[in-house]
Amino acid sequence: MRAFRYQRPADVAEAVALLDAEPDAAYLGGGTNLVDLMKLGVQRPDLLVDVTGLPLDTVDTLPDGGLRVGATVRNSDLAAHPAVRRDHPLLSRALLAGASGQLRNMATTAGNLLQRTRCVYFQDTGKACNKREPGTGCAARHGQNRDLAILGWSEFCVATHPSDLAVALVALDAVLEVYDPGGAREIPVAELHRTPGEQPERETNLPRGALITAVRVPPLPFARRCTYLKARDRATFAFAVGSVAAALDLDGDTVRDVRLAYGAVAHRPWRAYRAEEALRGRPFTAELAARAADAELAAARPLPHNGFKVALIRNLTVRALTGLAAAVPR
Amino acid sequence: MSAPPVGAVGREHPRLEGRDKVTGAARYAVEYPVDDVTYGWAVPAMATRGRITRIDAAPALAVPGVLAVLHHGNAPRLTPGVDQTLFLLQEPTVHYRGEFVAVVVADTIEAAREGARLVRIDYDAEPHSTVLTEHHPDLYRPDTVNPGYPPDTADGDFDAGYAAAEVRVDATYRTPAYHNNPMEPHATTAHWRDGRLLAHDSTQGSTPVQATLAQLFGLPPEAVRVIAEHVGGGFGSKGAPKAPVVLAALAARHVDRPVRLALTRQQLFGPIGYRTPTIQRVRLGADADGRIEAVCHDAISQTSTVHEFAEQTAVYTRSMYAGRHRRTTHRLVRLDVPTPFWMRAPGECPGAYALESALDELATACGVDPVELRVRNDVTVDPDSGQPFSSRNLVACLREGARRFGWADRDPTPGARHDGRWLIGTGVAGSSYPARARAAAAAATAAPDGTFEVRINATDIGTGARTALWQVAADALAVPADRVTIRVGDSDLPAAGVAGGSMGTASWSWAVIRACEQLRQRLRDGVVPAEGLTVEVSTADEIRGQRPLARYAYGAHFAQVRVDADTGEVRLDRMLGMFAAGRVVNPTTARSQLIGGMTMGLSMALHEEGLLDERYGDWVNHDLATYHVSVCADVERIEAYWLPEEDPELNPAGVKGIGEIGIVGSAAAVANAVHHATGVRVRDLPIRLDKLLEHLPAR
Repeated sequence: MRAFRYQRPADVAEAVALLDAEPDAAYLGGGTNLVDLMKLGVQRPDLLVDVTGLPLDTVDTLPDGGLRVGATVRNSDLAAHPAVRRDHPLLSRALLAGASGQLRNMATTAGNLLQRTRCVYFQDTGKACNKREPGTGCAARHGQNRDLAILGWSEFCVATHPSDLAVALVALDAVLEVYDPGGAREIPVAELHRTPGEQPERETNLPRGALITAVRVPPLPFARRCTYLKARDRATFAFAVGSVAAALDLDGDTVRDVRLAYGAVAHRPWRAYRAEEALRGRPFTAELAARAADAELAAARPLPHNGFKVALIRNLTVRALTGLAAAVPR
Repeated sequence: MSAPPVGAVGREHPRLEGRDKVTGAARYAVEYPVDDVTYGWAVPAMATRGRITRIDAAPALAVPGVLAVLHHGNAPRLTPGVDQTLFLLQEPTVHYRGEFVAVVVADTIEAAREGARLVRIDYDAEPHSTVLTEHHPDLYRPDTVNPGYPPDTADGDFDAGYAAAEVRVDATYRTPAYHNNPMEPHATTAHWRDGRLLAHDSTQGSTPVQATLAQLFGLPPEAVRVIAEHVGGGFGSKGAPKAPVVLAALAARHVDRPVRLALTRQQLFGPIGYRTPTIQRVRLGADADGRIEAVCHDAISQTSTVHEFAEQTAVYTRSMYAGRHRRTTHRLVRLDVPTPFWMRAPGECPGAYALESALDELATACGVDPVELRVRNDVTVDPDSGQPFSSRNLVACLREGARRFGWADRDPTPGARHDGRWLIGTGVAGSSYPARARAAAAAATAAPDGTFEVRINATDIGTGARTALWQVAADALAVPADRVTIRVGDSDLPAAGVAGGSMGTASWSWAVIRACEQLRQRLRDGVVPAEGLTVEVSTADEIRGQRPLARYAYGAHFAQVRVDADTGEVRLDRMLGMFAAGRVVNPTTARSQLIGGMTMGLSMALHEEGLLDERYGDWVNHDLATYHVSVCADVERIEAYWLPEEDPELNPAGVKGIGEIGIVGSAAAVANAVHHATGVRVRDLPIRLDKLLEHLPAR
């Protein structure tokens, strides 16, 4: 592997300055993905800026009832945090559905959001991948693509984003606090990841050199009426084949509000706005939930090996929402 | 044979080296401290078939710390004709993608890896064929299948018997490529000193590694020493010398310094072998009560262009159940792929998946309980050889396993049990594995202080073999076990065969017991001299003189699964294995072997699958994140039991071997349970959620 330098900045400004000064630098969080990719030669930074020593490791309850999660809070700590479990259990559920205990002990909040696709072609430098090497083609498009996208893909890339946490954060309208050479700014998590288009190598809308410093989760009155359902190929320690994050608010039988997001279906966590729209203001039934899922999935374009994901996501949507509807006190 | 004295054998005992392993004190192949050591990194071919036309090592050599780039143009010469899979860095030919075509040697492992990335290799690529199909134009009948069986057998008139049968099953089952993933990869530290080669190798048997290295490098065997004191798993894939030991030895000779070379996880997917994909057609003809009249098992598998490896997939069917009219066939095709190799119960494991699944289909077709169906088709002599069995307790395993599992109340109707959105089902399968032994030598030494040392080049690949042999030795010497020391895992010790074929303990304990018995006899004649008293024995003559009998271990697997009606996800509720495998030396490690095999069968049924990309000709999911192996959460409740079995026709310890019987049939039990749960018969493993989802009712 390429020899690299390693630095531990004292504060956010120094971290951003270090990265900005070096064209091939990368931030290092828990390293659970980046270090693997470095060994494989997929990523070859010559400077690692370790941000885990920065004072970004607390979870704070905000005056409005929301949460502010520091970028370097470890996944295990976030999942176990009493305020998270009480006010935003969807985050705990999504986190605990992912990876293994050891990995969650290492992985950070921001690192989780910025992890790379597990598309096998991306991870193998012997195979064509526009994301890894722009212009080489997408071997997955006509290769082994069972685990890959059904929504929002392009001929350039059919990868999916692997995070469970990101799906929950998108459902909850979370906002990133970001620091870059131009100063501080905010970006909704839903706008962090891109669809691949013609530039799958550009995965996020973060400005160059930007460092995520925190994730803010706004209060949601019905946040506790939530679920995260994840279908996977073994009982644990597997990326989603398909996942659904849902929260539901009923007024009697009528859907007052709903949050719905899908994982493992696209290059970014997929907020199901069309399905939400089809649900809001209508009397809840299982049939309505199915029609809502159909409305969202009408845009799906399955690849040769993953047509089943449409039925899978539809079934998970119905199960998630009917379960929440049954659990909500009328 | 007299029963051994009451002593160590049969008692639970933790592994002797367990503490060293969990504290990190146990050393594995590339962990030995070595002065002036260097690191080797294997470079895989990026062509699928063809020839190397040019190698440019300059960019690699420019990396600081890189010492050498070995390839066919500059590597030391090996003796041809020894083992073509080990004839490495000798020719420009590329037989498959991922074949090792160069080695970079450097002062650090990072520099070696970076150098490997930078070696520029040009190929003259040729068209390739990498996909096994039943219609492949190059299918052929091998002369023999492993380890020497005839490829085809026939008895009676299958076609007529099948045509006349009241009930017929005709089903084709498919298994994908499965990849062995021991925790410790294949790895070697090699040193040359004064023309002698010392290798610390991760292998299932250092005696054959020593012999092969001697032949490859043109040395007398005594000039080669191979040590494998601790081995982090093998499952068959380390049952013969593999590329790392040859590459490390070549590299160490070239740079004249010790070389450590370990394969990466990704490199385990191919060059070290894998379980061949299979396509198996099974036909069963039976009467209305499920008594089999005709059975035919046609198996197709693949080999490489390097070496013929003919998996004995249909051999299981030759001896397992009744049927007057019998036929088995094996066909192979040479593809541009790595050579398949042993993976836990090669042949028996995939073959039993197919036959035990077909029996389940027959039970359904006849309306006969699948346990009862197997009992009805028990045999008293081996249908293949006509020989009597040394012992055969299949029916007892089925009956006792059914009792412990709670099978009696089972409703045979598929798709009839629900727990919310879960569909529940149970399944059963039979199991058998040959109980063989091979010749070995062992030495035993008595010291004047009343202690003993027993030496044999057995290999403990994590199974507990070292501990079992220590227990056997203590009883054979009729002394407390704490007075006995056992030494294994070094080719300087008396020669013994590999840990494979479930014959390690049977073979090694035989030699150990004979050595200990002779030593006891000698000790009766007088006192131990100051330098100690040593005897060394070989069991070659005794094993050659064994009576011709059919010797097998038997078992029965029971599984309960639940299938999520919304997602098609299959989860195991419970698995129970009942075995008859002769005497059990150490219940602690025996249970681990059995539930390990059962788990591997579960993994085969539900999780593992090498996904080949035909365009590249290799498996794209080559790591443990994308090639799923069952994890602890998949096997929350798994039980293994054994019947007391005394079989005087085996070996002095009375053992049958337990390394493989646990996997044989277990995938079928799971697959049969999935059918019982859902009514869906998935005949191509693994049973992934998408294969079920399309048959389950939509929301």
